[in-house]
Amino acid sequence: MYAFDIERPSTIADAVKALSDEDAQALGGGQTLIPTLKQRLAMPATLVSLTGIGEMQGVCIGDNGEVCVGGATNHATVAAETASSYPGLSGLAGNIGDPAVRNRGTVGGSLANNDPSACYPAAALGSGATIITNTRQIAADDYFQGLFETALDEGEVITEVRFPVPEAAHYEKFVQPASRFALVGVFVAKYADGVRVAVTGASENGVFRWTEAEAALAADFSAGALDGLSVPADGMISDLHGSSEYRAHLVKVMTGRAVAAC
Amino acid sequence: MPKDGGIGASTTRREDVRFLTGKGNYTADINTFGQAAAIFVRATVANGVIKSIDTSAAAEMPGVLAIFTGEDFVDVGGNPAGWLINSRDGEPMKEPKRPVLAHGKVRHVGDAYAAVIAETEQQARDAAEEVIADIEELPAIIDMAAALAGDAYVHDEIATNQCFDWGWIEDNRAATDEAIKNAPHVTTLELVNNRLVPNAMEPRASIGTYDAAGDSYLLQTTSQNPHLTRLLISAFVMGIPENKLTVIAPDVGGGFGSKIYHYGEEALVLAAAKKVGRPVKWVADRTESFLTDAHGRDHVTKIELACEKDGTFIAFRTETLANVGAYLSNFSTATPTFLHGTLMAGNYTVPNVYVNLKAVFTNTAPVDAYRGAGRPEATYSIERVIDMAARELGIDPVEIRRKNFIKPEQYPFGTAAGLEYDSGNYDALMDKMEAMVDRKAFEERRKQSEANGKMRGLGINAYVEACGIAPSNLVGVLGSRVGLYDAATVRVNATGNLSVMVGAHSHGQGHETVFPQIVGEMLGIDPQSVDIVHGDTSKIPFGMGTYGSRSLAVCGSAVVRATEKIIAKAKKIAAHMLEAAADDLDFTDGQFTVKGTDKSVGFGDVALKAYIPHEFPIEDIEPGLEETAFYDPANFTYPSGAYACEVEVDPDTGKVTIERFTACDDFGNVMNPMIVSGQVQGGVVQGIGQALLENTTYNADGQLLSASYMDYVMPRADDLPFIAVDHSDGTPCTHNPLGAKGCGEGGAIGSPPTVVNAVIDALQSGGKNVTHIDMPLTPARVWAAMNNA
Ligand SMILES: Cc1cc2nc3c(=O)[nH]c(=O)nc-3n(C[C@H](O)[C@H](O)[C@H](O)COP(=O)(O)OP(=O)(O)OC[C@H]3O[C@@H](n4cnc5c(N)ncnc54)[C@H](O)[C@@H]3O)c2cc1C
Repeated sequence: MYAFDIERPSTIADAVKALSDEDAQALGGGQTLIPTLKQRLAMPATLVSLTGIGEMQGVCIGDNGEVCVGGATNHATVAAETASSYPGLSGLAGNIGDPAVRNRGTVGGSLANNDPSACYPAAALGSGATIITNTRQIAADDYFQGLFETALDEGEVITEVRFPVPEAAHYEKFVQPASRFALVGVFVAKYADGVRVAVTGASENGVFRWTEAEAALAADFSAGALDGLSVPADGMISDLHGSSEYRAHLVKVMTGRAVAAC
Repeated sequence: MPKDGGIGASTTRREDVRFLTGKGNYTADINTFGQAAAIFVRATVANGVIKSIDTSAAAEMPGVLAIFTGEDFVDVGGNPAGWLINSRDGEPMKEPKRPVLAHGKVRHVGDAYAAVIAETEQQARDAAEEVIADIEELPAIIDMAAALAGDAYVHDEIATNQCFDWGWIEDNRAATDEAIKNAPHVTTLELVNNRLVPNAMEPRASIGTYDAAGDSYLLQTTSQNPHLTRLLISAFVMGIPENKLTVIAPDVGGGFGSKIYHYGEEALVLAAAKKVGRPVKWVADRTESFLTDAHGRDHVTKIELACEKDGTFIAFRTETLANVGAYLSNFSTATPTFLHGTLMAGNYTVPNVYVNLKAVFTNTAPVDAYRGAGRPEATYSIERVIDMAARELGIDPVEIRRKNFIKPEQYPFGTAAGLEYDSGNYDALMDKMEAMVDRKAFEERRKQSEANGKMRGLGINAYVEACGIAPSNLVGVLGSRVGLYDAATVRVNATGNLSVMVGAHSHGQGHETVFPQIVGEMLGIDPQSVDIVHGDTSKIPFGMGTYGSRSLAVCGSAVVRATEKIIAKAKKIAAHMLEAAADDLDFTDGQFTVKGTDKSVGFGDVALKAYIPHEFPIEDIEPGLEETAFYDPANFTYPSGAYACEVEVDPDTGKVTIERFTACDDFGNVMNPMIVSGQVQGGVVQGIGQALLENTTYNADGQLLSASYMDYVMPRADDLPFIAVDHSDGTPCTHNPLGAKGCGEGGAIGSPPTVVNAVIDALQSGGKNVTHIDMPLTPARVWAAMNNA
């Protein structure tokens, strides 16, 4: 680790101000950033901690019935507080990492980082969520832009995420055995106006929607509707833990299981 | 029944109190006044020529006290191999120098070529980033077959990547070839015994201190064998006289073999301490552990089993490439040879065995003994090929093994691989295992799994291993450059309690509990009044330390011998006190009694007499009550086992779930059954890790892809089943005074083939024509095998 200063603002406005310094960086739960600092792979002059900002904490129900999660809310809180309002989201949050990770890691940090194997991106894209920042609202479909790439600008802060609540949803995760992130994770959500299928862990471009499956499931919401569909191995991640063919195969298996569990 | 925490009692481990309450004293916990920090600068390429190293900018950084490079150590010795192997043609093995810091070339990612000493660790890290090395990268030599075929060398001065080409037993080669040629059935299997990273919970750490007044050194370090480390540093690397170097291995958080060896960092902190005149401390981070701890296994083997149609074994023949990595670690040449080839007859009466093994240098971390060390590789090859042969011949896997087992009445049994097994009863272990797994009901369980869409398999296995290493005379003939005895000093204090100084080092084994059980039992006193002292060369007698499941069999035997001497002397003193002849005394329950009378004196009173020798026959008996014994065994000990594993395989994902695991072992006489159960369970967990999870991978550039816990899969509680163990009714070892056989490694030796046999059985039962998958059997590999079949 290199030496750094830490600021602990209590309002979004103060945080944004502190982050306007180009050597400042936002700190959520630190579950990704702190290990990176420990390995001396990043050298921010100032860390701006977001977890003390009251307006970025907690879960509530919005005017249109959507589940609204403060950007600095940790995974354990989301798991507990959405258990009845959005069980599919609660299940996903409750199965991230281990208790220590869930008590620290935040939804804003996870979405800002956009790790290609992280779980939250699947929930956000699969729910058609809206990512709210200090300056604007971004539709999930526009937000994820590839490996560790998002629509966020420098210094922009995710203050809230709004998840429209589906009729049924389930996240099926096949874990990468070491990190326990998703080797392949599929979030399936059935809405009145259609089905969304978001896949994480698999693609070299990060989270994506499997649109063929969405169409098939919109017509017939059953695992059998996927028969005959397949995901091409092209563009899938190939690493120590699985080839691109294996991942492409798992996308279908996990989608089927998610549908069956809905 | 064992009484009062004596031999055979499941006494709770007394050391756990400090370990579990954070009171352990590990090397990294030690901080001394004025200490400086060392940070190593390590190669980021696997193979490269060091053109130049510019330390001038680093030297100007705040807090920097000294910087070392390989140049500073050209005049000191190399870290040697402890075992000389001769090739089949009689040529001695190649032994390129292993310097304290890389010089001329870096040879694996993580190879240290400079070290920075600074006031603080942060300052040393900052300065290390300013050490500018011009290293010309060369193509990495990673694949063993390519390394042998190519004309680029890890060590240019030996102009080959082959360390040796060993035949065992060379005189049996022709007969074995002939037997295989004429055999009615030959099963051939090519397999990989996957490389493992040891992953001790505590990373390596060392503190060097120099005392100018006495021109003497202190090394506090993470070692399994402080005397061996001192010997290596004194006699080979640094030339510090042994009487001027104290090595202390305080609490050590696991070793599994990786802390047997002397590493360059230990020499560096000693040299640095003298140069800067302050204690110098280094603590590895986890990445350094992954990159530089000696790894385990890494064999590529072709094994053939020749047999009659009825399954009677005729011959085993193997050809193996064994990776030794970039440098020879201290036991790296013994592990794939005498700890491996000699076991290649397994539990069987097979008349012909021939092993050919080539050791290969590559641009990877050194490979050496890791829990089991050679025997897991032998057992895996044998027990996998037997399973395959049984399937080909349509013989039940238990029956084919039973048909070939050495029978109890055949001991001592000289095997075709050159060892003499002293005792065992493999059929009895099989009987017990079959009863414990309820094999008859297996088909029911399989149907149940099938109803849930899963394939179920049962894998079984038999193993025997050679441990408690071992007779110095024998290993000397076989090439060992050290003796393998151990030593104990039993000191009875005046007030009757005891300090027992032992050469074995305890880093999880429970010596502090078990050795007092033995002494307490022998002296008829409360084991709680006995304390074990270990890990400090200035306090303990010269012992060889802990590895190869030798602590009880060898050092425990030394404890017995020293305690016998104590009893003999105490008896003389008691005889004087009781005015009787020593021969007329009985010693039971801590009391010396004149036979046939009620005249007696307690052990405590005798001890007091020894130290307050008033009215003492000073002409005949020395005062004091302290004895030392060195014990050098007559043979290895030969623990054995019958294991079973039941798995379910998910046909959609290839994921293997272990449903049950059963381990029946013969460890001879058991001193503390609870501790033995823990040893077996821990070993089995490591074996399951090897079989299913641990995927050490270097890419073609020599980068270790699995260099963190985000990619290296350690077994976790939810990967594991309940592990049923049984080690009652062992057949005692015939040659050590405790009748004990080593129990530290059996679990890791017996379990990998058991798991793999089970997975193959499951796939076969599901109609998949898969006969072998290389470890680790990750979901992706199992899925790929199923889908190519
Ligand atoms: C052992 C372990 C296991 C894990 N397992 C999983 C898993 O199974 N699934 C999974 O999805 N994740 C997993 N994670 C990741 C974890 O859940 C966190 O979500 C992730 O580390 C990022 O969240 P954080 O709050 O810790 O962010 P930080 O580490 O604090 O920050 C990450 C990045 O986001 C930026 N940032 C943080 N908050 C905001 C914000 N509100 N607005 C804008 N930028 C911001 C930071 O500047 C930084 O660049 C695991 C982590 C660990 C250590």
